[in-house]
Amino acid sequence: MIHIPALRLGKPYTSLQKTELVHHATGDPIASVSQVSGSMIARDLSRGPAARRALADVPVADLIAMYRKAGEYFLEAKLPCGDAELSFDEYLRCLSGTTGSPLVFCRRNAEKVAYVLKNVDEVLAGLTRGLDLRVLDKGYTKQEGRTVSFYPAADFFGAILPSNSPGVHSLWVPAVALKSPIVLKPGREEPWTPFRVLQAFLKAGIPADALGFYPTDHAGAADILRLCGRSMLFGDSTTTDPYKNDLRVERHGPGFSKIILGDDQADRWEQHLDAMVESIAANGGRSCINVSAVWTPRHGDAIAAALAEKMLPITARKWDDPEAAIAAFANTQVADAINGLVDNLLQTPGATDVSLAKRGTPRLVKDGRLAWLLPTIVRCASYDHPLANKEFLFPFASVIECPQDATLAAIGPSLAVMALTEDAAFTRELLECHHIERLNLGPIPTNRLTWDQPHEGNLFNLLWRQRAFQRAGGV
Amino acid sequence: MADTATRDQIHDAAEKLDAQVREIVRWHFDPETGTPFWLDRAKSFNFNPMKDVQGFADLKLFGEFEDDWLRAAPGTDISRWVPRAYQGKKPVYVFETGGTTGIPKSRVVIEDHWIDYELMSETLPDEHFPRGSHWLMLGPSGPRRLRLAIEHLAQHRGGICFCVDLDPRWVVKLIKERKIDEANRYKEHCIDQALTVLAAGHNIKCMFTTPKLLAALDEAIRAGKLEEIRRKIGYPVPAGSLRSIPDTGITGIFSGGTEFTPEFTREAMEEMLENRVYMTPTYGNTLMGLACSKPVGPDDGYKITYYAPQPRAAIEVVNPKNYGELVEYGQTGRVMLTTLTKEFFVPRFPERDEGERELPYSKYPWDGVSGVRPFSELAATTTVGVY
Repeated sequence: MIHIPALRLGKPYTSLQKTELVHHATGDPIASVSQVSGSMIARDLSRGPAARRALADVPVADLIAMYRKAGEYFLEAKLPCGDAELSFDEYLRCLSGTTGSPLVFCRRNAEKVAYVLKNVDEVLAGLTRGLDLRVLDKGYTKQEGRTVSFYPAADFFGAILPSNSPGVHSLWVPAVALKSPIVLKPGREEPWTPFRVLQAFLKAGIPADALGFYPTDHAGAADILRLCGRSMLFGDSTTTDPYKNDLRVERHGPGFSKIILGDDQADRWEQHLDAMVESIAANGGRSCINVSAVWTPRHGDAIAAALAEKMLPITARKWDDPEAAIAAFANTQVADAINGLVDNLLQTPGATDVSLAKRGTPRLVKDGRLAWLLPTIVRCASYDHPLANKEFLFPFASVIECPQDATLAAIGPSLAVMALTEDAAFTRELLECHHIERLNLGPIPTNRLTWDQPHEGNLFNLLWRQRAFQRAGGV
Repeated sequence: MADTATRDQIHDAAEKLDAQVREIVRWHFDPETGTPFWLDRAKSFNFNPMKDVQGFADLKLFGEFEDDWLRAAPGTDISRWVPRAYQGKKPVYVFETGGTTGIPKSRVVIEDHWIDYELMSETLPDEHFPRGSHWLMLGPSGPRRLRLAIEHLAQHRGGICFCVDLDPRWVVKLIKERKIDEANRYKEHCIDQALTVLAAGHNIKCMFTTPKLLAALDEAIRAGKLEEIRRKIGYPVPAGSLRSIPDTGITGIFSGGTEFTPEFTREAMEEMLENRVYMTPTYGNTLMGLACSKPVGPDDGYKITYYAPQPRAAIEVVNPKNYGELVEYGQTGRVMLTTLTKEFFVPRFPERDEGERELPYSKYPWDGVSGVRPFSELAATTTVGVY
């Protein structure tokens, strides 16, 4: 069995108490993970200035070159994983084994992480809107005739990471290139990706002092959020809501992403069906950028029926099946609970499970230790039905009819929106809508990211603050 | 193994315990000296405590002690717990448990808290707890035995005890209401008081604290808060010279609490105290007094094994489904407590903790308990470890 240590300012630490990770399908132990306490994290963070200095002394250009190497190592090298060394394929099998996410998803998402590593300059250019990054080395510079100066907002950047999809790691990865020492709290079942990224960083020459990997409990996670000057927090609204007034913490909670059809495109909905299905079901429907509601002025019944029909081929398949399109729940109780919640909410009049009627078999599929939830399209009579704005860890979407002129006022916070319209006035309203974080105009599925633009929030704005700066004798 | 108790040691200890049982039961059920609560209760017994209880095993005749008997209610009088031998003759204290499980349990005490801690004092090494040195009590204040007991311990050893104000019941309320920020602020307030005592130059060498407060004190000192206070009061020290608990001059820490896991103990010894301060974990409560631990260290994986102060109190580790049955050595069970002093008789009280039964040890030749933690069947409904 592999043992994964904590990395305390880059130094491996083996604890007495460890968590055990088992294969979701067989129950066989795969790894034990050392755990740290909040007080250990606090003690390490008290050495923040030294960790920041180690990174500050490396020019950004060198860090970007190290990232390129790290990207190659991440994909191609055998990298240490505690007392073992794992190839990329071995890492993927461990990742899929403990999370239940199909191997094919794991590979696709891990490749996204590698892309960000190899092309971090492109990502940073997007985050900084083309800023001359040498400003991070010197603190100030002259750009297009203007003096610009930035200073780091915190000594450490903390990240409380999830287990549901390895793709999310692409979000924190640029932090080290932005010269922020990192304090990562991995998801319980997914220590694999962050640990491998850090090993790739170490092999590429990034200072160890700046790299923290702290498997810990909820209290330890709260300590990271308390002690790091800037943090990223993934979780459901129960987890993230307590931090909604804490501007130091960037929350990545439920996305409530949507498809919005304009009046001008509603009659042409069939042309966009593939983009709709991809938005709902790509990556097993587990991402915050997966669509969980389709808003249309008309044809709601037909759209719901067509979506349900189109997703019928998505069935329960094992983790190593190349055709797998949904993830298994490693904990069947979670699948039971989600399924029960959907069924309970369907009791409220005004919603029909269209997929159930088409499929003729239950949504919940169980096989031994495993459970799957099959894609579910629910036709809601109104946007205030309790299922109209819900998001779950499987492909789920409601279909709602709402007049175009009432839509944007009613959608609520929406991380990603695919808006199908060519109407100039409605486009203008969409562009001005403060509920929408990411906007795809036209049939570009919500799961398709561009790396030269920020995702949810902007990591550079979180980690660096601009200051007014003047110098006698000129800059 | 050198530290394993011999058969003779175990036998002698058991005989002493049986003798203590006979003496204490007779004391509490004698109409001249006895405790009104027990004398009243004896009217419903189908056995005669004075004759039928000849040893520790016979305490099963009493059944299990119910902690509700120690909870106040209209119409009851706390003096029913004061043995007649002491009524009107000696000052009586009343101490309460933490109040984390509803109405607190009350225990009357006359001198037991002094006796228990004087006995405990004999286990403290003088080189780390120098006689005549002053103490800091960084723990709960209010109607708790611990606060007065630590003060007495310091005085018994020739020192003076400095204390903080710490109301754990307020912290319980904050936690139950999920006011985590406020709870953290209150913790900071307590730590600030401790830092102020340490900054004031009282030459503190010994401290009582709990695992959580030890960690919080360590965090504050490492963040430079002690140096900051020294600057504020006009006695600055060089930057970086007061950044750990050992830097403060503390040489011995007496600590207690169910959160004393091996992991925490290792962290405390290696990282917080940098292996430069002696720390002795203890397990205790208002009802029992306190149990000492075997020496703790890396050789034993920082396992903490507690032994009750027999014959004044005894611990058993029992099957939670059948309190009459001890679990095997190394197996997990509920902690069953018995207190046997002239001031207080508590036969077979199921504590709210569980742990593993441990073999007798040469210094303490009777059963011990390790891995003490909140009893899993109660843990979900109890707010513990707030200080």
